[in-house]
Amino acid sequence: MSEPRLFVIGASHHRAPVEVRERLALVSEDGFRADLAAVPGLSEFAVLNTCNRVEIYGVGAGGDTEELVKAAYCARQRFDAAEFERIRHRHAGRDAALHLFEVASGLDSQLLGENEIFGQVKEAYAAAKARGSTGSVLNRVFQKAFQAAKHVRTHTGISAGRVSVSNVAVELASNIFGDLAGARVLVLGTGEIGEGTARAFMSRGAAHLAVAGRNRERATEVAGGLGAGMVDFDERRSRLSDYDIVVCSTAAPGAVLETSAIAEAMGRRPARPLLLIDLAIPRDVEASAADLQNVFLYNLDDLARIAERNRFAREAEIARCRAMLGQRADGLWRQVEPLLRSVAAAGPPGQSAEASRQAAPM
Amino acid sequence: MTAYLSDRQWLWGAAALYAAGVLLGTVSLLRGGRTSGATVYGAIALGYLLQFVGLGMRGHATGGCPLGNRFEIFQFTAWSAITLYLVVGVTFRSSIFGVFTSCLGAALTFVSLSIPSWDAIRRTHIFGGNPWIELHAALAMFSYGVFGLLALASAMFLMRHYSLKSKNLGGWFYFLPSIMDLDHIEVRLLGAGVAILTAALGFGWVYWSRDTATVGHLKLASTVAVWIAYAAALGMRIAGRLLARRFAWTCLALFAAALLSLEAVEGSRHPGAAPAPERTSQ
Repeated sequence: MSEPRLFVIGASHHRAPVEVRERLALVSEDGFRADLAAVPGLSEFAVLNTCNRVEIYGVGAGGDTEELVKAAYCARQRFDAAEFERIRHRHAGRDAALHLFEVASGLDSQLLGENEIFGQVKEAYAAAKARGSTGSVLNRVFQKAFQAAKHVRTHTGISAGRVSVSNVAVELASNIFGDLAGARVLVLGTGEIGEGTARAFMSRGAAHLAVAGRNRERATEVAGGLGAGMVDFDERRSRLSDYDIVVCSTAAPGAVLETSAIAEAMGRRPARPLLLIDLAIPRDVEASAADLQNVFLYNLDDLARIAERNRFAREAEIARCRAMLGQRADGLWRQVEPLLRSVAAAGPPGQSAEASRQAAPM
Repeated sequence: MTAYLSDRQWLWGAAALYAAGVLLGTVSLLRGGRTSGATVYGAIALGYLLQFVGLGMRGHATGGCPLGNRFEIFQFTAWSAITLYLVVGVTFRSSIFGVFTSCLGAALTFVSLSIPSWDAIRRTHIFGGNPWIELHAALAMFSYGVFGLLALASAMFLMRHYSLKSKNLGGWFYFLPSIMDLDHIEVRLLGAGVAILTAALGFGWVYWSRDTATVGHLKLASTVAVWIAYAAALGMRIAGRLLARRFAWTCLALFAAALLSLEAVEGSRHPGAAPAPERTSQ
């Protein structure tokens, strides 16, 4: 009989392109949890299911249990087992704990250092705990993973700086206005990039959005999709002073906002800064507007340069993060090993989590 | 332990802790992490405590608020700025503000401790037992502390402004508060500073109006000039005529001028001041 061990098995964006990940994503997590609960030898488990990864963390009797987990997953997803074998990753013991640390820290994310994964791991753990499928080992490992993730985010620059153009624009706005809830945003143009940037602003709390487009029909459609107001494109200059942030992405052949119009607008609101984000090629805003007091003008190249610099800075932090997480995984493993031995001593690991739960006193 | 250490030794300890706050924050930033607000705050709070003891001992020895020479004025200004930071600084929600405050505290305390001539003559009972004039002096110096914090916020504003105009958001700039937040902090500090200085001058005026010969013309003129300059800056800011970078530069320049005006205060001391009763080693 083999000793119980901690393991993780799954697939992620590293080896699975988006069309494969679409097939990997679990539609019915509860159904799969029921499948796992019936796997012999699996005493604890948690399922992490996001758009970039599906992973099963478990405590099981060894290689056979892990094979059964894999088989249960492939059967549930109707996914070819041989194909899964080619794209899957698998870690055991201390390496499994370290992998969870890296995932929760955003170190294993497609967008390095992103924060969303932390919440997703927390949700996965909370769901598993609520259903009684975690025990002393996974509880300890997940709790330590959250502490480790918070530690590296606080003590390194892994999360510093945005790495996509729309998020850089939002970060810029935060550097000027702080809380974006009170900021008024005007989207000039109905291109995809402008719409995406507007959505990024909304996701950060911007509540006052308006759209102006040369094609009124399309502008109405975009405004409807965003839940934003409408501004007549011809009134863009006279209404400019009403807004704090202007996102420009028109396909106009020349500037649609001249320096003189911006200066006039600033005269009506001298105390509030104005952020102009020009995502258009050719540019929508006259470059000389950058010289105006309290006006901050950024074009597509500026945003791309900042995003690239942020990405480089984040990558430089990876080695530091890995070293920190490795130390923490070693520390955790010294605590978990005795726990695994006590699990082994408590009874044969032939019981599934579901069976353990049923056997537990009420 | 106060019996074993002199007031200056306590103040050296405070200066070292303020410097430690700067060092901790800087190292943390250079290593790419966020500044630990709690650590910097702890260093400042401990330094403040030591400075409180040191100034308390000095006040006990001089029989009043320790504002009898340039050394004591600089120490009291630093102490006032730190007091305000400890009370309201956390509401600014910016751990880097603590690093800047620590820097101001360290600069003022180290400079004053490093120039022995500033503390060569110690004056006792300079307020002649008049609590109102003592309150006037303490409030005036406290307002200088507020203006010191205002200068810090202005420096941070200019750095943030530079980072946005030069399109460089990384490094130290990443940790600075937003332009709007800094602007709000500046206006609030300027308002508070002007209010406190107005109260200080009000108390001083009551005393001066009874006996106009007690205050030198230079001291009177320089103090009123500082008050008018700050009040004018506040009025112009509220009216929207002094904004953004120009407002920040004005606040920095006014603080430099306010520190220089202390020369006039120092120069108007009454003659016949007693020499230091006891010189302590540094």
